[in-house]
Amino acid sequence: MSMKLKALLKSPWVFHLSTGSCNNCDIEVLDCLTPRFDIERFGMLLAGSIKHADVLLVTGSCNRMSVERMKRMYEQVPRPCLVVAIGECALSRGMFIHSYNCPVPLDQIIPVDVYIPGCPPKPEAIIAGVVKLIEKVGSKT
Amino acid sequence: MIYLFYLLVYGFLLTAALGLFASWVDRKVTARVQYRIGPPLLQPLIDIVKLMGKETLIPRGASRNTFLLSPVAGLSSVILASALLWVVGLRPGDGFLGDWIVAIYLLTIPSISIIVGGFASGNPLASLGSSREMKLVLAYELPFVLAALVPVIRAGLILRLGDIVVAQQIAGATATSLSGIIALIVAILCVQAKLALVPFDIPEAETEIIHGPLVDYSGSSLALYRLMKNMLLFTLPFFLVILYLGGIRLTGIHILWSVLKYLVLVAIITVIRNTNPRVRIDQALRFFWGPVTILSVIAVVLAVLGL
Repeated sequence: MSMKLKALLKSPWVFHLSTGSCNNCDIEVLDCLTPRFDIERFGMLLAGSIKHADVLLVTGSCNRMSVERMKRMYEQVPRPCLVVAIGECALSRGMFIHSYNCPVPLDQIIPVDVYIPGCPPKPEAIIAGVVKLIEKVGSKT
Repeated sequence: MIYLFYLLVYGFLLTAALGLFASWVDRKVTARVQYRIGPPLLQPLIDIVKLMGKETLIPRGASRNTFLLSPVAGLSSVILASALLWVVGLRPGDGFLGDWIVAIYLLTIPSISIIVGGFASGNPLASLGSSREMKLVLAYELPFVLAALVPVIRAGLILRLGDIVVAQQIAGATATSLSGIIALIVAILCVQAKLALVPFDIPEAETEIIHGPLVDYSGSSLALYRLMKNMLLFTLPFFLVILYLGGIRLTGIHILWSVLKYLVLVAIITVIRNTNPRVRIDQALRFFWGPVTILSVIAVVLAVLGL
């Protein structure tokens, strides 16, 4: 594995992007940073600016208004970057599947590396998902 | 040749290693204060290596050269300043007349490089952060210089760091006198603002202006800024050790003393950072120009009186 990617997997800074979620997934993402789960021991930090991020955590149902903004955000992440879809809405649009406002799920808009199902997923599930992401990227190269 | 050696080995490599270690201590203590486990030892280094491998984006509308060069200017001034301090710390006779002034202005350049870089990126949040940083520099420079004058006065009005260290070895550390203690307290508060740590992290307030001047930096320029900040976390307490706590000596039991002095200063800075909320910029300005400046003036007067 290249040095670049190895370092990336040891210090993935996450940026947390909501595309119209009900805020539940976002609260669970923030829970991961609390003393009980403490993801900083894996080197993860919550990045305030998208330009500092390595991993994009996307929650929400990707409605027509937010999709444009999300694409713009995705273009601004410095490469190499990874995308994680969190929650039922981002995976398959959940209860909004028949809505006029949510035409396609997230993975048809931008490439997604790992899916974390749940409505909302527990912090344990999010950590397990990130571990899977690290294993997947680590074994691919 | 010997100067080049000091610049590369002590100024850059040793300071970078110690700075990364200090930043790990800072993060670990913060985590322990919050009942967390905290990052592993090599985490700050891994962060820098990772950022070096990332893409460097230059925003449209930014002035390209200034944007890319300001982190280099900041980092090189920290390297110069720490090389100077190492020379003074290890061989007090080798300084030159006026190196006190040089050290103080070299330690101001990192803040200026952050201001320039923030304005150059053309981001509204970055320019907001830069203007706050500018006000903060104006606020803390006056009490910092006054506090740094106290050891000079006590060493007999010689602006040479080597003589300050020698005078302290003869007459006891500056901080053993009343004026020295007041000056040390003022200097620790100013260092807190210089490092932009919590009560005074107004320029990069993560929750309101998402890292302020650094918002548009990515990849290797962000890595340079992080390295600069980590090295400052070593260099500034080291400067205080030289001015107030009698410098360092790397012989026998003195090694332990030197390390202990430095670690106590870092621990104080970390504890202040973890037990305080962020103040507003006008409160910070009033704080530094009011009580802190008055305290430093008192310290200078006491030092002139010989207390």
